[in-house]
Amino acid sequence: MAAKTSLMIEVSHLTKVYHTGDIDTVALSDISFIVKKGEFVAIMGPSGSGKSTLMHILGALDNPTSGTYKLDGQDVSKLTKDQLAEIRNKRIGFVFQAFNLLPRTTAIKNVALPMLYAGIPKNQRIERAKELLREVGLGDRMDHTSNQLSGGQMQRVAIARALAMEPSIILADEPTGNISTTQSGEIMHIFQQLQKKGHTIAMITHEPTIAAYAQRAMHIRDGKIYHGEKLT
Amino acid sequence: MELIELFSSAVEALLLNKTRTALAMLGIIIGIGAVIALVSLGQASQQAVQSQIQSLGANLLTIIPGAIQTGAVRSAAGSTTTLTLDDANAIMSSPQVTAVSQVSPELSRRSQVTAGRNNSNTSIIGATPAYESVHNVSIAEGSFISAQDNTGVRTVAVIGPTVASDLFGTSDPVGQTVRITGIPFTVIGETVSKGGSGFANQDDTIFIPLNTAQKRVFGLNYLTSIALSATNANVMTDAENQAGYLLLTRHKISDPSQADFSIFSQQDILGAASQVTGTFTALLSGIAAISLLVGGIGIMNIMLVTVIERTREIGLRKALGAKDNWVVLQFLIESILLTVSGGIAGMVLGIILSYVISLLINLPFTISFYAIILAIGVSGGIGILFGWYPAKKAAALSPIEALRYE
Repeated sequence: MAAKTSLMIEVSHLTKVYHTGDIDTVALSDISFIVKKGEFVAIMGPSGSGKSTLMHILGALDNPTSGTYKLDGQDVSKLTKDQLAEIRNKRIGFVFQAFNLLPRTTAIKNVALPMLYAGIPKNQRIERAKELLREVGLGDRMDHTSNQLSGGQMQRVAIARALAMEPSIILADEPTGNISTTQSGEIMHIFQQLQKKGHTIAMITHEPTIAAYAQRAMHIRDGKIYHGEKLT
Repeated sequence: MELIELFSSAVEALLLNKTRTALAMLGIIIGIGAVIALVSLGQASQQAVQSQIQSLGANLLTIIPGAIQTGAVRSAAGSTTTLTLDDANAIMSSPQVTAVSQVSPELSRRSQVTAGRNNSNTSIIGATPAYESVHNVSIAEGSFISAQDNTGVRTVAVIGPTVASDLFGTSDPVGQTVRITGIPFTVIGETVSKGGSGFANQDDTIFIPLNTAQKRVFGLNYLTSIALSATNANVMTDAENQAGYLLLTRHKISDPSQADFSIFSQQDILGAASQVTGTFTALLSGIAAISLLVGGIGIMNIMLVTVIERTREIGLRKALGAKDNWVVLQFLIESILLTVSGGIAGMVLGIILSYVISLLINLPFTISFYAIILAIGVSGGIGILFGWYPAKKAAALSPIEALRYE
C-alpha cells in the first residue's frame, strides 16, 4: 500500500503526445496539479482542450508520454497493462457519460461486475451490490435490466458500480451529459453526499451549472491548466 | 477465476442471437455428424465382414497345399497335391499337437450334378463328420455325414439350400436322389443357410463322404485342404505352429520357407478384409473432416463479428478491471461452447443417420465410445483453434478506443 499522504492525486509535468502518421498532436503539455483526499473537483474545458486525455490518464486507461502521476502516493505512470487493470479495478470508480452498463443485464449484476474481476466470492458480491443499490435509492429496482431503467436510474447504477470496490477516487466523465435536467440535480446530490462521506471525486464537465456542485474547478485549454479557482 | 460466471455469461451471449448461433453451429453439426455416421458405418461393415468370417467356423485354421519351389519356379498355392489323409490323421493323433481339438480333411472339386431334368454346376466337398463342427454347419433337415457313411464309402449327400432349390425347387430334397458325375447319391440332409456371399458361398455346396469322393467320384488320393479347430482363440498361434511343424517333419522339409503347404487363419482373412473397409472409412472420414474445417472457419468468422459488435462491452469490462486473460477466456469459452454444443448436436445427428442407414442396408448398428470422444474432443479443439484469434483480438483492444466505439 502507498505511503500516508494527504494528497489523493499528484500530477507533475504531465505530457501526452499522440503520433498520427508524421503529425504529433500535443494533447497535454506540462500539466501539474494536486487533488487532496476528500475533495470534489471539477475539470472544465471546451472540446479538444485535452480534458478527456487527462481523464484517461487519471483513470489508468492510458500512460502519459512523460511526467508522473501518483494516485494515493503510488506512481501509476509506468505500470504494465495488467497492473493498470488492477489499479482500475481496485482504486478507481468510473462514471461515464453514456452510463456503459452491460445491456440486458440486471442492476445487481452490473454493480457486481468489478467485484467479479477482483475475485470476490459470489455471495459477497451480491450482498454488497444490493447494499450499494439501496444507497443510491434503487432498492426497488435491483432486478431490472438496464433497458428497463431511465437515464437517471442507469447513472445511479453506474455510481453504485463505481463504489463497489471502495475506490480511492471516483472519476466522472460528463455524468449528466445524457440525462434530463431534473435528474441531473439528483445525480449531483448523490455526488455531494458521497463527498461528505469522505470520497474523493474528480468530474469532467463543460457545464458551469454542473461544475458549481463541486468544491473547486480546474480549467483546461489547449492542453494546459490556466487557473484553478476555489468555488466554495 | 469464476468459470461458472464466464460460462453463464457465454450462454447468455449465445442465446441473444439464436439464429446466428444456430447457423454458426451448422457447419460443426454437419461436419461432426458426417464423421460419426461414416466412422460408425465403417465399423458396422467391418463387424459384418467379421461375423461372416466367424460363421465359417470358430477358431478355424486352414491348411492348403502348395507353394512348392522347384529350382527357381514357385508354384501357386493350392495347385499341388502334397496334403494327404495321413497328414490329417497325424495332426489329430500326434501328442505334440495339443492346441488342436478337431481336424477336418477335405477334398473340394466343382462338378456337374443332376436331379431328374434339373442340373447345376456346384462345388462338391468330400468331408468327414468333423466338418460339421469345424465349419459351424447347421443341419436344417435330416443329418450330416456320419462316420459309418465315410468308412462304408456310401453314396449319400448333404446339400446346401441353394443347391436344394436349384435341383428340387420347393419340394423336400431329403430322400431324393442326385447324380454326381453320373453316380446316384441319396440326399440325407439339408444345411441351414449361412447367407454366404463373397469368397465362399457355402449354400451352393454338396457334401459327400470323403472316402466316397476320393475313391468313387474323383479317383484322387490327396486333399485340397485340412481345416483345424484350435481348442480356443488364445492358442491359435500355438495350433498353427504345432500343425505346421508336424507337417514339415512329415514332409521332410527343414527350411520353413520351403514349406509345400500354407496355413492361414480367420485372422489373416479378417485382416485383409478390415484393411479394405478401413481404407474406405478413412477416405470418407477425411472428406467429412474437410467440412469440419470449413465449419471451424465459419465459427472464427462469427466470433470476429461478435468481437467487433461488442467492442464497447469489451472496453467497459477492461475499464472495470478485466485483465487481458479474462477477456481471452471469455471469448474462448464462448467459441468452445458454440462448437461443443454443435458437436453434441452433430453426434446425435450422426447416430440417427447411421441408425437409419444401417436399417436400410441391413448392417449391424453400433455406436462407438470413440465417436462420442471424437465429437466432444474434436469440436472443443476446433473451438479453441478458431476462437483463439478473435479472442486475442478482443483482448488487444485498447479500453479507450473500445469505450469510444459507436
